[in-house]
Amino acid sequence: MIVGLAFPETALIGLLFAAIQFGAMIYLASLGELIAERAGVLNLGVEGMMAMGAVGGFVFAIETGSPWLGLLAASIVGALVAMIHGLFAVVLGANQVVSGLALTIFGVGLANFWGTDYEGLRPDVQFVDVDLGPLSDIAWIGRIFFQQSPLAYLALALGCVAWFGLNRTRGGLALRAAGESAATADTAGHSVVGLRLFAVAIGGALAALGGAYLSLSISPGWTVGVVAGRGWIAVALVIFGAWKVRRVALGAFLFGLAMALPSRTESFDLPWHPILWSMLPYLLTIAVMIAGALILRNRPADAPAALGVPFRREER
Amino acid sequence: MGGKMKNTTVRCMLTRLFVPLLALTLLAVACANDSSTEPVTTTTNQPTTTAADSTDNGTDMDADEMGSDANSSADANDGEDFSAAFIYISPIGEAGWTWAHDQGRLHAQRVTGVRTEFVENIDDGSPADTEAAIRTLVADGHDVIIGTSFGYMDTMEEMAQEFPDVVFEHVSGFKSNDTNFGNTFGKIYQPRYLTGMIAGATTQTNKIGYVAAFPIPEVARGINAFTLGALRVNPDVEVHVNWTSTWFDPALEGDAADALLEAGADVIAMHQDTTAAGLAAEAAGARWVSYNSDMSEFAPDAYLASAIWNWGPRYAEIISSAADGTYTPVPYWGDYSDGIVDIGSIADDVDADIVDQVNEVRQQMIDGTFNVFEGPLFGQDDTQLLADGEVMDFGTLLGEAFFVKGVIGDIG
Repeated sequence: MIVGLAFPETALIGLLFAAIQFGAMIYLASLGELIAERAGVLNLGVEGMMAMGAVGGFVFAIETGSPWLGLLAASIVGALVAMIHGLFAVVLGANQVVSGLALTIFGVGLANFWGTDYEGLRPDVQFVDVDLGPLSDIAWIGRIFFQQSPLAYLALALGCVAWFGLNRTRGGLALRAAGESAATADTAGHSVVGLRLFAVAIGGALAALGGAYLSLSISPGWTVGVVAGRGWIAVALVIFGAWKVRRVALGAFLFGLAMALPSRTESFDLPWHPILWSMLPYLLTIAVMIAGALILRNRPADAPAALGVPFRREER
Repeated sequence: MGGKMKNTTVRCMLTRLFVPLLALTLLAVACANDSSTEPVTTTTNQPTTTAADSTDNGTDMDADEMGSDANSSADANDGEDFSAAFIYISPIGEAGWTWAHDQGRLHAQRVTGVRTEFVENIDDGSPADTEAAIRTLVADGHDVIIGTSFGYMDTMEEMAQEFPDVVFEHVSGFKSNDTNFGNTFGKIYQPRYLTGMIAGATTQTNKIGYVAAFPIPEVARGINAFTLGALRVNPDVEVHVNWTSTWFDPALEGDAADALLEAGADVIAMHQDTTAAGLAAEAAGARWVSYNSDMSEFAPDAYLASAIWNWGPRYAEIISSAADGTYTPVPYWGDYSDGIVDIGSIADDVDADIVDQVNEVRQQMIDGTFNVFEGPLFGQDDTQLLADGEVMDFGTLLGEAFFVKGVIGDIG
């Protein structure tokens, strides 16, 4: 169909490059949600926190002239916004679903408001893809793995840190205990509220980094709607990855692939209209939910046992 | 012990009630940001009275929260202060579809002296949001309401029936009534053809990438006209279409452009409301044809040319005719001779000979002597659509759901 247009190789390299790029962006947000959920707090505000990170990162990058300062500011903004959820859902013990949804709506609205003067501004400050010299020049691998945005490597590094922190440190154990059995963690002398607030803040910071990835690297600049529902995919991804850091990374790559494929259906000469393919990430999300529900009927859940349950010492 | 437990339960119940209420408040705040109260602007060229009026309106809106006084306040405003309001799908920003409409609004305000306001970020996929925005604007006393996105059409039709004293003009749709609901669009495919000529003359690989939005006639017309223009100067050219199913998702649109560039395209054209495709072309060292407004400053090296809208004169016409009571709804489809469409600046490095050719065809379009869709015209599959000299009829043009020869891609 694409007569003489593409060497499928270039398209394949492009697909894998874009899959890693989109995957790393989603992974940052998913990692944050994973940490919050492992501590027992479901935070459906990811979309809002990503929007705040996207606008905050861009605004501070423009104002300071440094994408790295923008990134730092985004993570702080994300953690602060997440504290709204922390206040309601963790400290006051409100319904986590309601509070999280409110955070999404509030975060997106506030981001749009904050970004009014930055809307469609020319992105003079942005992350430049790395150039690792000979590594980047290797055929295939160079382009796919060694010419990514610095944020892709940051996502990988943070994934490693999160895995180590959750699974190999005392603090990680306490945090997971807060998510599995808050009362036990409390008895062991840990502050469940403190642990959960910490996890929610980290979650917000990571979600905001995902948003800043969009506004400072993938599609530099701020426009309303830049997050475009990707926060929800990040939430689904945590379930897909069974609350495990490494499996979520794999899932993020798969979802990245699903996001990058519709643009390249012509190059691969795939059947069906590309618009059908663009449903792929969402179909995948639904499929994951259904599969998850079916699997959970027969065996103990992967989900942290105390996920979504507010902790109140008096009510033990 | 029992009393203490009871106390705890009561406190918990209170907390549980209190928190969702707070959450709802947050929600309300967020919604308010999205719709009408925030981004209202007022004219600058009407002195003191305007500022006072706008303050009044602001307070009115707060006081009339329940909407009970809506009609009376609208009537009160009617006599003394004629005004028009615009509904935008996205923020104005610094370029693009909504920016072009806002330039039109400002022009109309300058020319007619009528006060104008706008609301932005009204989701055209949500009839409820659209209706709420319109009701607020009507309650606010506006006499003309102009909606600038396709999805507002059905809601505007209903509202036009409910508020017969207000003139409703819808942009880019096809519905109208006999009294107070009209629609406006323009033959943007004419400048598309001209940008196609420039792109066709520029490409080295003979492969042009087109980042397309949705497979609807408006988009298909643009792709076809662009391709015909490119083929006019370069018979070997292919226009490869990549659909994004978005109007406004920079991440996807940039990636779609990347995919086309990877596949060998060296010029990118697009239809969406962001500059993402241009930024992708700039990063890849390729060239770019922009749409809606002249976006040369966003990708100065990549920018070639643009097909642009000039809504001002039409908006002035609607508003002034509504003000003096002579407004009659027509399905308005303006063209080059009306000046509603044009080509933006052309990059300096474009061959002077091509620029001359473009200007020549442009003049023919202004004179009405050149038809883009005129035979011989062949479809993608080589079937002849129009015989030699035959001009495409209006219905076919309006419902264009096919690609011409030279377009590579599937319209679905």
